[in-house]
Amino acid sequence: MKKLLWFGVALTGACALAGIALHRGETINALWILIASGCVYALGFRFYSAWVAAKVLTLDTLRATPAVRLNNGRDFVPTHRFIVFGHHFAAIAGPGPLIGPTLAAQFGYLPGLLWILVGSVLGGCVQDMTIMFLSLRRDGRSLGKIARDELGPIGGYAALIGTLLIMVILIAVLGLVVVNAMKHSPWATSTVFATIPIALVIGVYLRNLRPGRVIEGSLLGAGLLILAVVGGGFINGAPELARAFDFEGTSLAWFVIGYGLIAAILPVWLLLAPRDYLSTFLKLGTVALLAVAVFAMNPTLRMPALTRFIDGTGPVFSGKLFPFVFITIACGAVSGFHALVASGTTPKLITDERDVRLIGYGSMLLESCVAVIALISATLLEPGVYFAINSPAGIVGSTAEAAVATISSWGFPVTVDQMSALAAAMGENTLFGRTGGAPSLAVGMASIFSSAFGEGLMAIWYHFAVMFEAVFILTTLDAGTRVGRFMLQDLLGHVWKPLGETSWYPSVLLASSCIVAGWGYFLYIGVIDPNGGVNILWPLFGIANQMLAAIALSVATGVLAKHGKLRYAWVTGGPLAWLTLITTAAAWQKLWSDDPRVGFLAGADALAKKLAAGTLPAKQAAVAPELIFNQRLDAALTAFFTLILWVIVLDMLRVCLRVARGQSVLPSSETAYQAVAPAPRVDFEASGLGVQGAEG
Amino acid sequence: MTWLSHTWRLLRALAGDDAYDKYCAHQRQCHPHEAPLDRRSYYLQHQEQKWGGVNRCC
Repeated sequence: MKKLLWFGVALTGACALAGIALHRGETINALWILIASGCVYALGFRFYSAWVAAKVLTLDTLRATPAVRLNNGRDFVPTHRFIVFGHHFAAIAGPGPLIGPTLAAQFGYLPGLLWILVGSVLGGCVQDMTIMFLSLRRDGRSLGKIARDELGPIGGYAALIGTLLIMVILIAVLGLVVVNAMKHSPWATSTVFATIPIALVIGVYLRNLRPGRVIEGSLLGAGLLILAVVGGGFINGAPELARAFDFEGTSLAWFVIGYGLIAAILPVWLLLAPRDYLSTFLKLGTVALLAVAVFAMNPTLRMPALTRFIDGTGPVFSGKLFPFVFITIACGAVSGFHALVASGTTPKLITDERDVRLIGYGSMLLESCVAVIALISATLLEPGVYFAINSPAGIVGSTAEAAVATISSWGFPVTVDQMSALAAAMGENTLFGRTGGAPSLAVGMASIFSSAFGEGLMAIWYHFAVMFEAVFILTTLDAGTRVGRFMLQDLLGHVWKPLGETSWYPSVLLASSCIVAGWGYFLYIGVIDPNGGVNILWPLFGIANQMLAAIALSVATGVLAKHGKLRYAWVTGGPLAWLTLITTAAAWQKLWSDDPRVGFLAGADALAKKLAAGTLPAKQAAVAPELIFNQRLDAALTAFFTLILWVIVLDMLRVCLRVARGQSVLPSSETAYQAVAPAPRVDFEASGLGVQGAEG
Repeated sequence: MTWLSHTWRLLRALAGDDAYDKYCAHQRQCHPHEAPLDRRSYYLQHQEQKWGGVNRCC
């Protein structure tokens, strides 16, 4: 009977996928996509993850986990698997899976959808689960430490430096997304500004008034945030006030940079912790609401399955379908960053080794599901509207008429009136050239929400969506700067000991400034770039993220080989080979392509030529030298990422080869086996949600 | 109303609202002779420790 059920799931999934693939009409209903994704996820979880858990990782329920062995009531706490699942999902789910699919929608909905499904089930989920397992068997050690212990110092340092660099690029691109959403939008700007005092108030509430009452604080904060969205509408309606919140991109960039520096040195309880409670609350709530609305409304996708931009001439970002769809989707399918979260906090909470399957594989499936929903929200817009919002002025022209003419000439009709009406409905001055993905996602979300929960509140929904994205982007920015600071202090501590002290103020200030200056530079250049910095920064981030995933998968493959499971090494080795291929191919094109929009070096040369010939308008000529330098720097960074990637892949192959030849390798760093105490497992009901029989 | 209290407990655990209660239970069981931290000190220590590593993602 069960077999029959799963056969039914497989059949339904296959039919839905075939339906999507063979569909050649004008539009398609989102229901097909939801059914196909649901079936693929169900099959992946039921069969592939079970097989990996049993055969490849051989999860052992009798082996005591670090949480049980080292239970200290603080970081090592045995916790029920549903709770750990919630914590882990909240930790991995960020803005990436929302923005990546939105940008990749320029290729049509099909390539993005297929990679989100295949990439997560066979790659991303396996990576998260395997790294979580490795860390679990090593007392919750970090990816960098595992790489050093298992492969050697080269792999370890490559992982550390790779992590630090990806952090800088990530924060820059996220900062750019927020700046582009706030640029010349008094409503969005005032709402995002208001989130800061709200977080401070909640911070004081949670420390002084009602210490640690997180739910109360979050509810209070969420109420204040909704008030801030409504209040933003009031400000937008009053011309005097609106002018005070109408900023240029560069002013907003400086604001974000200053904010990042202050947030990194303030105590965590004051800004970071309360902001995180609010953003987690909003994030889970909004994503759940969006999922319900998409299910209830079954919107029609207006974007074609494939667009002409698979040839690499797309306005949102440049580059052909292969390899750039894989680089762009990044977080929704495979995210190297997850390996950092999966090794660290989460393994210290796991009660039973078998829970790794639900927590590691399952959380990533849910994240992938968020990416599918973001893809639906982006592709339900009229393609002309989508391109008008996401194309930078440098490509389509700086006036509304020029932009509309260019986009319509591509075969995606759109009119100035249509865009003005849409902007007015959203409470914005204009929606042209709002690159970065956040505004078009917000328009998509607003249209789903307002069709599901009543028309008329379109502008409120739009700004709620922008605020929701900004709140957790700023949380990632705070947290990332802080982690970057700790890593840098750790490195600097090797140079001069006092610099490594995380509580010595001069060192804190120095390290924080270095990190903020790093991402602040890329953010600023991204803002002044007339082609919209997204075209440069997002691929760079994608390459860095896939490189980090390749590092994680290399470590996993090396460990599998060392444990005598060479014949299963393809489970992580397969995704690794694919990621190495796409990352190298993308890096190659970014370095050597002759197309100035694709290749960094070609772009720098083309701009230098124009500058020398004096054909640039004065405004662009003024920033051209900085843009030229930046493109060359980006080229160097890309080359460096590729170098790190290959160093670690070759290091892993060296280890595998030594294993195959029977030569000596570093000993396994796995903690010795210790059986669980024979006490009966406490069930969900009686355990008070997971506080299990503790041994001190 | 067991399902209501059940949901409430689940929500508290998911949000981390019950962290202090869990800590107190642990202290009572394993270190009965030490005085546990008060709510505020525990909260502050817990936050410092939570934000010392990578726990938010892209």
